[in-house]
Amino acid sequence: MYGWIWRALPGSLAIRVFTAVVLAGLAAVVLWYLVFPWIEPRISLDPAVVGR
Amino acid sequence: MLRVAGDLSITAGLVVLLFCAYLLWGTGSYTARQQILLQREFVQKEKTALGPIRLGGAVAMLKIPRLGDDYRYAVVEGVDPDRLRMGPGHYPGTAMPGKIGNFVLSGHRTTYAAPFNRIDELQPGDPLVVDTREARYTYRVTDKRIVDPAEVDVIAPVPGRPGRKPAKAMITLSTCHPEYSAAQRLIVFGELDERRDRLERPE
Repeated sequence: MYGWIWRALPGSLAIRVFTAVVLAGLAAVVLWYLVFPWIEPRISLDPAVVGR
Repeated sequence: MLRVAGDLSITAGLVVLLFCAYLLWGTGSYTARQQILLQREFVQKEKTALGPIRLGGAVAMLKIPRLGDDYRYAVVEGVDPDRLRMGPGHYPGTAMPGKIGNFVLSGHRTTYAAPFNRIDELQPGDPLVVDTREARYTYRVTDKRIVDPAEVDVIAPVPGRPGRKPAKAMITLSTCHPEYSAAQRLIVFGELDERRDRLERPE
């Protein structure tokens, strides 16, 4: 999968490394700011109260 | 085929790792923003007379010198998940700060800025300073216990003795225990030691 993406990236090695880093960063940002905040309240972790 | 499965497994592992990092550090930024709003609201309210307290509003300011001079949280009214994301919460229906009965607070241990992360370090006699609009109440830690999550007796007006009529002003802090687990609850008890009426706004 990653091999296929890597080969599909255009340009020289430097440009491909740069694009790969940007894509990975973009995926991380989407997870951190959109996916995780949405998922976290739906799974109850770190409960602090007694009796529920 | 096997190659793709391997790639996906590694990706899933990385995503879970990133999610753990988010829980520990990412959630704190939400609490930090909410605390700024709550503390601002609290200081503004200070100028007016004692008004009704709404859910989610700031009830008091909690300071615990043992956990650092800058340890300072606005306590919200309510302990449902949405409130606890903003900071330590006051159980609705339990005593208000300084009043006879049990002033019960709950706070996260590891996520959302983890306000009660280090309350296990509290020693008997340590001050728990609660600033309200009318006074500063200083409670002193009396005891620490680890209990089952179902043990609601600890938040009774007389902690551990449900049904008993309270004669003293107590404070109870609850958080999860052990750290990163939901198995038990860590409870810290305290008793009101001093009340100082407020002449000025809190610093």
